[in-house]
Amino acid sequence: MASSLATPEASTAAPAREGYWQHLRYIMAENPLTGISFAMFIGLIIMALFGPYLVPFDPVATGAGPALMPPSPAHWFGTDHLGRDVFSRVVVATRLDLMISVSAVALSFVFGSVIGSLSGYFGGWTDRIAGRLMDTIMAFPLFVLAMGIVAAAGNSVENIVYATAIINLPFYARMARAEVSIRRNAGFVQAARLSGNSELRVLFGHIFPNTLPPIMVQISLNMGWAILNAAGLSFIGLGVQPPTPEWGIMVAEGANFIISGEWWLVVFPGMALMLAVFTFNLIGDGLRDLVDPQRRT
Amino acid sequence: MNVPLLDVQRLSVDFNTRKGVIRAIDSVSLSVAKGETLGIVGESGSGKSVTSYAVMKILDRAGKITSGKIIYGGMALQKIPESDMRDIRGREISMIFQNPRAALNPIRKIGQQVADVLIQHNQATRAEARGKAIEMLQAVKIADAEKRFDAYPFELSGGMCQRVVIAIALACKPQLLIADEPTTGLDVTTQKAVMDLIVELTARFNMSTILITHDLGLAAAYCDRLMVMEKGRVVEQNPSTVLFQSPQKEYTRQLLQATPRRDSNVRDLLPKELLDKTDPLPESSPPGPPLLTVSHLKKSFGKPGSENHHLAVRDLSFSIRQGESLGLVGESGCGKSTTSAMVMRLLDTTEGQIEFLGEDIARIPASQFSSHPLRGKLQMVFQDPTDSLNPRWSAERSIEDPLIHLAKDLGKAERKARVLELASLVGLPHNLLGRYPHQLSGGQKARVGIARAVALNPQLLILDEPTAALDVSVQAVVLNLLEDLKHQLGMSYLFISHDLNVVRLLCDRIIVMQKGQIVEEGNARLIMDQPKTDYTQSLLAAIPHPPTGEISTA
Repeated sequence: MASSLATPEASTAAPAREGYWQHLRYIMAENPLTGISFAMFIGLIIMALFGPYLVPFDPVATGAGPALMPPSPAHWFGTDHLGRDVFSRVVVATRLDLMISVSAVALSFVFGSVIGSLSGYFGGWTDRIAGRLMDTIMAFPLFVLAMGIVAAAGNSVENIVYATAIINLPFYARMARAEVSIRRNAGFVQAARLSGNSELRVLFGHIFPNTLPPIMVQISLNMGWAILNAAGLSFIGLGVQPPTPEWGIMVAEGANFIISGEWWLVVFPGMALMLAVFTFNLIGDGLRDLVDPQRRT
Repeated sequence: MNVPLLDVQRLSVDFNTRKGVIRAIDSVSLSVAKGETLGIVGESGSGKSVTSYAVMKILDRAGKITSGKIIYGGMALQKIPESDMRDIRGREISMIFQNPRAALNPIRKIGQQVADVLIQHNQATRAEARGKAIEMLQAVKIADAEKRFDAYPFELSGGMCQRVVIAIALACKPQLLIADEPTTGLDVTTQKAVMDLIVELTARFNMSTILITHDLGLAAAYCDRLMVMEKGRVVEQNPSTVLFQSPQKEYTRQLLQATPRRDSNVRDLLPKELLDKTDPLPESSPPGPPLLTVSHLKKSFGKPGSENHHLAVRDLSFSIRQGESLGLVGESGCGKSTTSAMVMRLLDTTEGQIEFLGEDIARIPASQFSSHPLRGKLQMVFQDPTDSLNPRWSAERSIEDPLIHLAKDLGKAERKARVLELASLVGLPHNLLGRYPHQLSGGQKARVGIARAVALNPQLLILDEPTAALDVSVQAVVLNLLEDLKHQLGMSYLFISHDLNVVRLLCDRIIVMQKGQIVEEGNARLIMDQPKTDYTQSLLAAIPHPPTGEISTA
């Protein structure tokens, strides 16, 4: 009997869900920059995964050619002061730089959004303590704070990761807090309580996934920033040590040669750094469109 | 007939969307004479707002006027450049929007906002703007206008904000006022005050008005002529009384029928072809023993003694019997939502007992009630079907959620079977279960919400204005569904609403609340016919009544 009241409005509804690939294609077509950034992102991933097997020379072997040779068919990006192939070094460095930034961003995302979600949801003392903690971190010039952490904790790649993660923590915490607190009294949250979800499950099962789209954008912007930060630390001699190929070190080493006209030592690692940052900044919007089901009409 | 003030001829508007070009309105023609009030009535998606936006030329980027003419006072508006249009908006044609709070700039003084419009259109110099703005505020009957000039929007109630918006709209004495759902979201008594004010002022300034609304009763009470729209087309255009007494089109008739009246029962709202497929209302069985007894319930916010200490609910006692429906009626701020949240155990009480199935559940803290065995017996249908569904979950997942947490003995396959059973129960086609909320219509979302609420066979269901966000035709179907489910599943309802006409359809008994207290309680029909208190009388008087009498089927 009740079913005989079946929806007269049924016919007006949207068609069934589109496939994921179709959706991806639509997003690419809607904004060509997203397509370009995805392509560049895939390029970066390939370089990071297969770089060492693809390059023509051993990135740390000196004497791959004569020292300080300008770009040529044999050495596309030229050679540095020790005769190492700059192209090989730039490509191989991708893995280390991405690894540092991905793990740093992952750490700050996980801890930052947990702290932020808890303080946004429970408020009160949780919020006050977490908030002041984040304010304390933000009170320092962030790069100087990272330098201090690495200098104090010891000069290693792990510590660069931790330092980068710590200085990024407040951004995630604040964002998660804001996104959670605007949703904590939404109808679907009340409904989740009525369905027998515990408070923590309401928070992490219902509210948190809905905060992901803006946080995704933050992650991608932050990635570029984290790469810069890692390169910056290496540039001033912290963290990664020579002769390991790393963009920041390469720029630092090459800086001495700009005056004498050997520009390729600085320009190519610098370009790689710039392109990587550029890619992550662009990909943000595309990512949000992908993770937000409401955009998938 | 003399030349109309506004003459729209065969206007079409297209929207560019992801799914291609969509025609929002199709060859719409209308005219408004000087001093006339035209009502545009239709359900959501009928194109009534788009029509008015097109006239004002404030369509957003995706929308485009593809054909037709908009002639206002001899000018062809569709041709004139944006710079001239800016001059016309506000001075010649102005508009009142649905949400008064959103229409006012929150960080500017309200008087200043009125003065801005006057200065913008050269109706006042900076020096005299203040005086003229105060005059306007007085005209819209804001008490103590001189002092209120310096108030900010957040300091005023919704009704007051709407008066300010009206003052802004009328400040330059425009010829035509377009009011787009000006009273949606306001209480009935405020609605009446605001509408009376609009009518009085437009008559005084000899202005024409276009009133856009989904509420046929409201439109009939205030408009000379009505235009019914459906899916971007004009269905019917007639003087109000003619339209009500002898609607020419089937759609108009259905709309009229779906609008609750004082004397209709819940089945009367359904269109004929649905009614034929529906069983007659089951005999209501006499209510059983008390299910819920609330005694001396109190709730206060803020620290006692401090400035923001506020008693939301003061000493409330009532009871609901098994199989009974109780209506809780009152205007916004009367404490009805606070009461329902406390009964639902989403909010802790300050004082008092809530006895449900023989247990005082007020003693259990709200934060721990989610794992209590009585949780499944006490469920709720929320006001906004969109807001109450998790946007990242499919309909199926939403309905399944209470089963996962509170019916732990069910296996996965049994759960899926139960979801299908529930979908059939609420009339949700099974192929829609995989969809996300934004892919469902309002009525379908309401069904998902109801299915979720009844999943655990609750004994008491709180309905918090379950149809307030729905179109009348969908409301009719959902109300009938709720009525049938009540008999099928033997539930009791606590129906919370501000709309007495809707409450009366489902409820045997009504409680009228004001300022956290019960002012009147009794049999639904008795309260409607012979209200004892002034407050109830004013509530009833404020409901715009469509002309009564049989709708002719000719």
